[in-house]
Amino acid sequence: MSRPVLRVATPLALTLVAGLGLAACTDKADPTGSSTAAGGPITVTATDTTCQLSATTAKAGTVTFQVTNAGSKVNEFYLYAEGDRIVSEVENITPGLKRELKVEITEPGTFSTACKPGMVGDGIRGTFTVTGTAVAGSADQKVAKAIADYKAFVASETDELVEGTEAFVAAVKAGDVAKAKSLYAQARHPWEAIEPVAESFGDLDPRIDGREDVVEEGMKFTGYHRLEKDLWVTGLKKDSNAIADQLLADVKEIAAKSKTVEPTALTIANGAKALLDEVATGKITGEEERYSHTDLWDFDGNLEGSRQALAVLRPVISAKAPELQKALDARFKELSGLLGSHKTGADYKSYTALSDADIKALTVALDALSEQVSKVPGVVEAK
Amino acid sequence: MSPFPSDPGVPEPLNGPVHETPDGVSRRRLLGVSGSAAVAGLVAGGVGTYAVTRGGEDASSGAAAAPAAPALALDAAIPFRGVHQAGIVTPAQDRLHFVALDVVTKDAAQLRELLKAWTRAAERMTAGAEAAPGGLVGGGPNRAPEDTGEAYGLPASGLTITIGYGPSLFDGRFGLASKKPDALRELPAFFGDQLDPKRSGGDLCIQACANDPQVAVHAVRNLVRLGFGVVAVRWSQLGFGRTSSTSTAQATPRNMFGFKDGTNNLKAEEPEGLAQHVWVAPDDEKGDSAWMAGGSYLVARRIRMHIEVWDRTPLQEQEDIIGRDKKEGAPLGGAKEFDPLDFTKKGPDGEPAIPVNAHVKLAHESQLGGVRILRRGYNFTDGSDGVGHLDAGLFFLAYMRDPEKQFVPMQRALAKADVLNEYIEHNGSAVFACPPGLADGEHWGQALFA
Repeated sequence: MSRPVLRVATPLALTLVAGLGLAACTDKADPTGSSTAAGGPITVTATDTTCQLSATTAKAGTVTFQVTNAGSKVNEFYLYAEGDRIVSEVENITPGLKRELKVEITEPGTFSTACKPGMVGDGIRGTFTVTGTAVAGSADQKVAKAIADYKAFVASETDELVEGTEAFVAAVKAGDVAKAKSLYAQARHPWEAIEPVAESFGDLDPRIDGREDVVEEGMKFTGYHRLEKDLWVTGLKKDSNAIADQLLADVKEIAAKSKTVEPTALTIANGAKALLDEVATGKITGEEERYSHTDLWDFDGNLEGSRQALAVLRPVISAKAPELQKALDARFKELSGLLGSHKTGADYKSYTALSDADIKALTVALDALSEQVSKVPGVVEAK
Repeated sequence: MSPFPSDPGVPEPLNGPVHETPDGVSRRRLLGVSGSAAVAGLVAGGVGTYAVTRGGEDASSGAAAAPAAPALALDAAIPFRGVHQAGIVTPAQDRLHFVALDVVTKDAAQLRELLKAWTRAAERMTAGAEAAPGGLVGGGPNRAPEDTGEAYGLPASGLTITIGYGPSLFDGRFGLASKKPDALRELPAFFGDQLDPKRSGGDLCIQACANDPQVAVHAVRNLVRLGFGVVAVRWSQLGFGRTSSTSTAQATPRNMFGFKDGTNNLKAEEPEGLAQHVWVAPDDEKGDSAWMAGGSYLVARRIRMHIEVWDRTPLQEQEDIIGRDKKEGAPLGGAKEFDPLDFTKKGPDGEPAIPVNAHVKLAHESQLGGVRILRRGYNFTDGSDGVGHLDAGLFFLAYMRDPEKQFVPMQRALAKADVLNEYIEHNGSAVFACPPGLADGEHWGQALFA
């Protein structure tokens, strides 16, 4: 169970095209402001109580602000788009210092400027208008390729999910407890890899993956975890076969639906983050697989799903934030290595075999990775 | 868009490109501005300022902003930069969030970068600003905000952020072995110690003190967040009320035993005493560890108090154990809190008025070859212990020039003879080297890794 990333995400087209060209701003344009040609430097004189710009309009393109702190407090200068979203800023301008800020403004619109003496509060605001025509943004082929790659990944994982679940269900129905137990964790593995996609289909997710304590009122406890409990705790029951049949039908349905999902760069990035959140709140705590203790398999599935999602975005991230890509590579390597150290042969240790120190080490490496992954949505949405 | 109605930054119809600060400046804004003026003032004059004058600056900065309203000083910003780190002789704030961290990376460059990033965020937060520019919402809808937000709209609240380096930081992982100050050593085991390794030690520490607990917690939370992948929290401690005064301008607070604590503490107004007992002198550390000059060593001890047992103790016995009267805080045999301690004075029964094993006597400089420390501890209550008792006590923090010569003999004397030991248990311990303050443009770790 996790956060429904796909349902809340912004459509790709809006995200990538709108960029900075946010047209509707509530600020009134400054009637007396003078204009400057695109690229011409605009001087900003900041004092402890004023924020004076030599021009409050500019043409779309590269706009240069030369900010001088003529006051006695440390100052900052901001250019905001609608909703106080920072387009660019320059901080720590000590008294007497002059700093230059170059901003790429690709679309006309109304912005606001602010000097912030003392770094606190909303600052001394002014309206800034960008005129002219939008600078043509290059259609992002890299994003299109990333989306196609991710769809292919989801398709291949869903095929594996159906295959693995068929074999697992067959073992349950044959009453072969040992075999069913041996197939359980790996049957679920692809599910864990595509969880943010699969979870976007209403009741199907709780039916397939609901845990005994989180099944909503009025719903039956079904799916993988019901069979997990049967296999590891109570023994197979009269209705185990029916539960198994329903699971396979549900998995087939969700597999077919998952292939129709149209992801965006942003939903892929948010999905990568959501998968790690899953690990943090469900797997590293041993909650997900409370009967079988195969949580490390789920951990591996979530991690693999996150890694794949970011792999398809690699060309986008590398181009826009090469340092972030480097950090992602290093952190994925650390966590994968640490997780891999808990394998004996091809199988993961039981969660119960982990020491407190093991769990802390995994948590530390997961925090390190998650903090970097949380920066990806901001990078892929930026123009 | 600010959620705070009192915030003056909402765009208004403006005449021309010169924008005056709107009228009706809020209390918060005023304080932020006054605090920043203090920052700028210290930056300008800080580098050459000698240690002795610093205490006076600290004590007066709040008062200078609002002489008629002492309550305002609690909101004010404390200068981040200076000859010494803030948070040592700064008048002790009411609240504490202390965290000890271990470095989890093997890469010294990452640690260096983190110390730099921490400096930037710490300086911003102590001025009352977000941890990063536009940290609340400036990243737009699709980024995780760079500041966690819970201190937005709150004043600087006297926040100080003080950093320290533990002995284990110098174990060779980061090429710092030769930089280890000689006086930075693990504390010896003391009689009666019940130390929990999960509450002890640490490669680094951050002491965040403020007059608003939310501000202190926000500071630690945001610094910890910046550190993921480089450092991990080893243990942490919240303190809800100061137990020491570090300035004569402050009233002496009470500890969880109900007694005034820290009456005889070293104070910001005693520059000679600070130079002698708190600040590491240039001659103390030579060669590779010379970076420590102007710094101070911090000893942290988590002292659990068995308060339920204490509460059943008769008043006379409580006062005899401490050596002061409970109401006024005067030394036994004296009348007023600040009366000198007279260990020769006899009570009506012919015995010394201050019993020979009284806490104030054992810890007194006259019994310890003249050594003193600057105490800066906090009361804590971490919920309950599972058997119906409060997990409460004193989180003892003390700054000094050389733990081996100051804390160690003091604690040995107390561990051996203090009757108070029947009511307390030391279950956490750590020691850190807190480097000197930063001049303009400097950052934490710069001198260490130089």
